[in-house]
Order: sequence, then structure tokens, then C-alpha cells
Amino acid sequence: MTSNRSGRLSLVAAAAALLLAACTGPAAEDPSSGSGQEVPAETGPFRIAVISHGTAGDAFWNVVKNGAEDAGRALGVPVEYNSDGDPGNQAKLIDNAVAQRVGGLVVSMQNPEAVRPSIEGAVRAGIPVVTINSGEEQSAAYGALTHIGQSEGIAGEQAGRKFKEAGKTKLLCVIHEAGNIGQNQRCDGAARGFGSAERLQVDISNPTDVQARIRGAVQTDPSIDAVLTLNSQVAANAVNAVKQVQSQAQVATFDLNADVVSAIKTGDVLFAVDQQQYEQGYLPIVFLKLYRDNRNVVGGGRPVLTGPDLVDKSTVDQIGAYVERGTR
Amino acid sequence: MTTTTLDERVGSTRLADRLVVRPEIGALLGAVVVFAFFSITADQFLSGDGVATWLDDASTLGIMAVAVSLLMIGGEFDLSAGVMTASTALVTAILATQAGWNVWLALLASLVFALGVGAFNGWLVMRTGLPSFIVTLGTFLALQGLNLGVTRLVTGTVQVSGMRAADGYASSGFVFASTVEIGGTKFQISILWWIGFAAVAAWLLVRTRFGNWIFAVGGSPVSSRAVGVPVKRTKILLFMTTALAGWLVGSINILRFASVQANQGIGLELQFIIAAVVGGCLLTGGFGSAIGAAIGALIFGMARQGIVFARWDSDWFMLFLGVMLLAAVLVNNTFRRRAERVRR
Repeated sequence: MTSNRSGRLSLVAAAAALLLAACTGPAAEDPSSGSGQEVPAETGPFRIAVISHGTAGDAFWNVVKNGAEDAGRALGVPVEYNSDGDPGNQAKLIDNAVAQRVGGLVVSMQNPEAVRPSIEGAVRAGIPVVTINSGEEQSAAYGALTHIGQSEGIAGEQAGRKFKEAGKTKLLCVIHEAGNIGQNQRCDGAARGFGSAERLQVDISNPTDVQARIRGAVQTDPSIDAVLTLNSQVAANAVNAVKQVQSQAQVATFDLNADVVSAIKTGDVLFAVDQQQYEQGYLPIVFLKLYRDNRNVVGGGRPVLTGPDLVDKSTVDQIGAYVERGTR
Repeated sequence: MTTTTLDERVGSTRLADRLVVRPEIGALLGAVVVFAFFSITADQFLSGDGVATWLDDASTLGIMAVAVSLLMIGGEFDLSAGVMTASTALVTAILATQAGWNVWLALLASLVFALGVGAFNGWLVMRTGLPSFIVTLGTFLALQGLNLGVTRLVTGTVQVSGMRAADGYASSGFVFASTVEIGGTKFQISILWWIGFAAVAAWLLVRTRFGNWIFAVGGSPVSSRAVGVPVKRTKILLFMTTALAGWLVGSINILRFASVQANQGIGLELQFIIAAVVGGCLLTGGFGSAIGAAIGALIFGMARQGIVFARWDSDWFMLFLGVMLLAAVLVNNTFRRRAERVRR
């Protein structure tokens, strides 16, 4: 039994040591402290890490990735793309890139507060950061060089206004990711531009459910004559749903894909709000390269808007080819 | 750890035999292999910042995996564990930012909430005799809906932020979300919570009467009831333990990231179970180890961040992770069979 007792003692000792370490070691980070002393990044090959909040296999983020990689190839800069939809995990990926001492960092900020300590850590380590897609308001405060993206609210507003110009009277806005703040901002914007908007919650991972719920909504309320979806796949489901019940509602959507392009051509989709996310992948690589080689800062650090570009029947023919290529 | 927590009930004296019956030995070997692999293939894996990154990744997963391993040894599952980390964070954040409570008070309230849900899970499982898989699936869905519905009702959006401005943020942040600097590298304090939680759970499991009860109720509830083990109480306490761990991780997250999204945590419950299984827990209960689950989480953290350090194309990320986990489980399984032979 002696081994038993010594085992217990060593466990107690270990626990005590841990407690002591916990009591004396850490200091709460001062939340107000911005960037501290600037430590220059290690010299070496210039690498850029792109860390987005998109989930793997997402068509939208695939175009961003293509943009970043194309720019990297064109400029001779190695680009690594990683993503995680969970804000905490995304923060850890940023820490990871900082630990690797990358030459530049591109981050999308769906949940700005969650990635703030990590981004500030990167800035402190002397790594230039460009934020993309979402997080425009917080970008400069966190120490990023600039922000590249579209304002979700403005994009939604334009979509709402365009529907109104088309003479529609009742708008349904379809949210496909319950916890996504950008989608809620789009619908808020659409409500502003249109006057008002009803919301419908669907689950993008289940297309059958998406279609059935949109069908149910337009069936129970025949006065709905405009449906705004926030994703190209949902747009296709909405078109099917509207057709099934012979509703007069017309569909418009955020984001392009091949289906949306052909649907615009046939008139099933009225227009698409394209935020041209290829630029959100391409431009930051150019900006970071320019910053490193020439200390250029574009627009004095003000956000660079990549959209919205409204694609309708008049422009769809040219743009369709680029969608197929994976760059629109 | 192997020498100090050695199980004296095993008769064999050969060191190899004594090692091989430990449930966590497979995970330990797996961890060594994964560690060695990434140390060689990835440049920055062993740098201070590198180690801090993968330990950080492993820590919150590890806290949950340890609690889930105790529950699994007790023969039950908790599918609501992942969402619980978000629910507790939301309760804390809403009370602190919307109702203006002191963060400590909000943390206390969310702790009460968590323990209540845990007790409810346990009580319902014991009362109805339904599989915990079904019961906790119900609470999982219910909590998911509550998270979204309440958050939207209270804040008008789907995320709660602004924790940094709440009363008591600094002191609670010190406890749950500060960093410890060792040799110029900042380590998250969640790593200490993880090690501490694992140590307490391991002690509880192999050194206390309650630990014996856990093994008993997981191995055979009928015969353990016959010899006077309080099956009901043990299982309810185990569900409350996973809820407690969920609260701890939720608190660490909300104070560190200062904001929480209503759909956070969904799907994590499977990762907890995976880590526990990699660590030597049986899906059928009655066998396993808390230390093993902590090591399982470590493997997960090392693999997940190591893949990024190795600069592999993230398209293949899940494939690598899956193969790595399968390999770990297979190694584990081989050892367990060997262990069972030794025991006979």
C-alpha cells in the first residue's frame, strides 16, 4: 500500500503546484490595451496566411480561396488558406499563423470580438493584418491595415430597393444559418430598402427542408411577391418552391453560381447581389505585398468595398463565364 | 502518471503486463506518435508559440472529454454537452451585458442553470429508463432552440457581445481567460484548468469510493444495485459533472472571446466522445480512464494544429484527422484486447 500513499501524495503535490501556478502566474490582459511595442517580423520567405470563417467545401469561400491563390501565384507569394466556422477555433488558427511567423495575415471577422485578442497578438508580433468580408467597423480599431469587403447592410438595402423598383409589395427574406450575424444584417438592410420584410428560417444543410419551408411560406401567404435568399443554393430551392405552388413571387438572391446564372437568363431569378468575393481573396495579397515591398497603404486604411454588384439579365451573359471559372 | 496511478488490484507483477492493462496506454502511445510525427514534419510545432497553440486547442476539448469519459464509464452519453458550452456562455453573457449583472454573479447563475440541466438529464434518464442517448438528444435540441430564441428575443441579433465592458470582467477574466507567461511564451490558463480537472477526475475515479461506484454502475447497474451502490445518485452526479464541465468551458470561452454566438457548440459533443474513446473509454461503459480522455484531447489538438503547422492543404484536413483518429483507436483497441488477455 505504500505505493498507493505516495501516489496520492504526488497527486496532491501536483495539484498544489498547479494551484500555486494558477494563483501567481497569470495576469489578466488589459482589455483596453491596443498594440504594444512593435516587434519586427522575422525575415525569411514572405508567406501569407488566409484564415476565414467559412466551412470547408463552401462554394462562396472557394472563390475567395481561388482569388487568394491566384494572386499568390501571380506575385510569387506562397499563400495558405485555412478556415473554421467556430469563432474560437478560428482564433486558434490565427494564433497558429502567428506562431509560424507568417509575413502577412488575412482574416475574415464574422465574430470580431472573438478574434480580437488573436488579431491584436498578430499586430503586436509585427505581422501586417488585412481583414476581409465582415468586420468592417472593428478592423481599424484592432490594428489592421485595411478592410476589404462589402457592407452587408448596404447590400441588403440595395436588394430591397431593387425589388421595390420592380413594383413588389411584400418581401420574404430567407435566413439559412440561424446564428450568422451577417445574414441578419442583410435582412435588416433589405427591410430598410424595401420598407419591411418578413423572415423565414431554414437549414441550409437540408435542401429538402429549405424547399418545403419556402413553399409553405408562399403558399400560406399568397401576397408574398418577392423572395430574397442569401445563398445561391437556397435560391435554386426557392425557385423550385415558387414554381411548385405556381406562386407569382419572384426570387432574387445573394451570391452567384452556375444555377443562378442560368436562372437569371431564363428569368426565374430576377437579380443576384454579387459581392465579388474573388476580390476579397485577391486584393489582400496584393495589398500585403505592396505594404511589404513599398509600405503602401491603400485608401489611408479606409475600407475597400468589393460590392455589391447587382447582376441581372443585362449583364449575366458576360459574368456567367467567370462563374464557371470559379472567379465570380 | 503510470507509476503513481497504477492499479494495485491487478495481480501480475511484470511491468509490461502492468502497463498494458491501463486503458490510457494506447492513447499515450498514439500521442507520442502524433507528437513525434509533427515535430519532424512541421517547423514551428515545437516552438514556444507552437506548443501554446496546440495545448490551447486541446484544453477546452480536454476538460469536456474528461467529464464525458466519467459519464461514459458510468454507462451513459450526454449529447447536450456541446450545446451546453454555448448555453452557459449565453446565460452569463446575457445577464452580464443585458441585465447589467456583475460577471461573477452571472457566472454563478449560469452554473446553477448548468447543474440544473445536468440533474434534469440524469433524473429523466433514471426515472424513465430511456437510453441517455435519446433523453440528452432531446435536451440538446431544446437547448439549441432556447439559445437561438432567447438570444434573439433579448438582443435582437444572434450574438451577444460586450463582455469586456461588464462589471467584474477583469477579475473573472483573470481566473478563466488570462495567460501564463513561461519563457516568453503566453499559455492560456485553460490549459491549467484542463490539467487540474483531469487530475481531480483521475483521483476521483481510481482513489475514491465514488470512483468505484462509477465503474460499477457502468459495468452492471443491476448487480451494483444489489450490492448497495446508489445507482441513481451516481448517474445523476455524473450528468451534473458533464454539465459542470460545460459551464467551465462556456465560462472560459465567453471571458476569453468576449462574445458568444447562438449556434456555437453544436456538433462538439461528438468530438468529446471521440476524445474519450481514443483515450480508452468503451462505448458500452464500465471501462476507461480520465487521464486517457485528456490525452485523447491532446492528440486531437496536436493533430488539428499540427496539420496547419505542416502547411497541408486544408481541403484534406478532415481526411487527415479521420485517419489519425482511426489509427489511434485501432492501436487502443489492440492494447485493450491484450489487456483483457493479461487480466484473465
